[in-house]
Amino acid sequence: MAKKVEGWSRRDVLAAAGIGCVAMAAPKMAQATPQEADDLVKKLIGGAAPKEGKVQLKIKDVAESGAAEPIAVSVDSPMSAADHVKAIHVVAEGNPAPGVSSWFLTPKSGKAEVAFRMRLAKTQVVRAYAVMSDGSVWMAKQEIKVTIGGCGG
Amino acid sequence: MAAPTIKSRIPAKAKKGEIIEIKAQITHDMETGQRKDAAGKVIPRKIINKFVVTWNNDIVTSGDWHTAMSANPFVTCYALATESGKIKLAFHDDSGEVYEQVSEITVE
Repeated sequence: MAKKVEGWSRRDVLAAAGIGCVAMAAPKMAQATPQEADDLVKKLIGGAAPKEGKVQLKIKDVAESGAAEPIAVSVDSPMSAADHVKAIHVVAEGNPAPGVSSWFLTPKSGKAEVAFRMRLAKTQVVRAYAVMSDGSVWMAKQEIKVTIGGCGG
Repeated sequence: MAAPTIKSRIPAKAKKGEIIEIKAQITHDMETGQRKDAAGKVIPRKIINKFVVTWNNDIVTSGDWHTAMSANPFVTCYALATESGKIKLAFHDDSGEVYEQVSEITVE
């Protein structure tokens, strides 16, 4: 699928051949830390204290490829006008930049679930936060092992 | 890069109150701005930084995307079927371009 797209095919080939490490060296030096991820989360959710629960993070324990790893986040919520999920934030602790994506939901979303594919530079913890309409924040996190994306990281 | 193409799977019909699944993919390099070309020059960042789903111009779900989104982003989200009309997917590029696709849906 991605093979035809310029640039990605080159990276795939490089990574497969193991020479990818040279190309990946630069971003590796500028990787985010859990602290930077915390700072970003503060910016995204403000002063609220996230509690663990309500959020389900569906992601494999071991990534097949760091280039496009499927991830799904769902939140227990009736998604009614009075009680719904306003935002879902996905944050990666070990990527060059900690922000992955922020989703803004409405009662029209029907269901508090999103899925997409993300990049993972190395083995790291991925976190998902859900901001509810009452202002409470819930979270879940999971470690994911990455072998290809991070040059054996 | 060729102009991005958008593929989506959105039902053409739904019952009122049903939650429909929206799957969408756009062909896009999602260049992170962290890679260098063969000459050692940094390849400038060019990603889809915003994704918006609207139903008859009302926002259903939107997303702020960063460089960690994969190339050729493939996403799934949901929408509550309320009335017949148009579902629009909009992908906002760093370049300022907006790629859109509109699907018709009949709600019974």
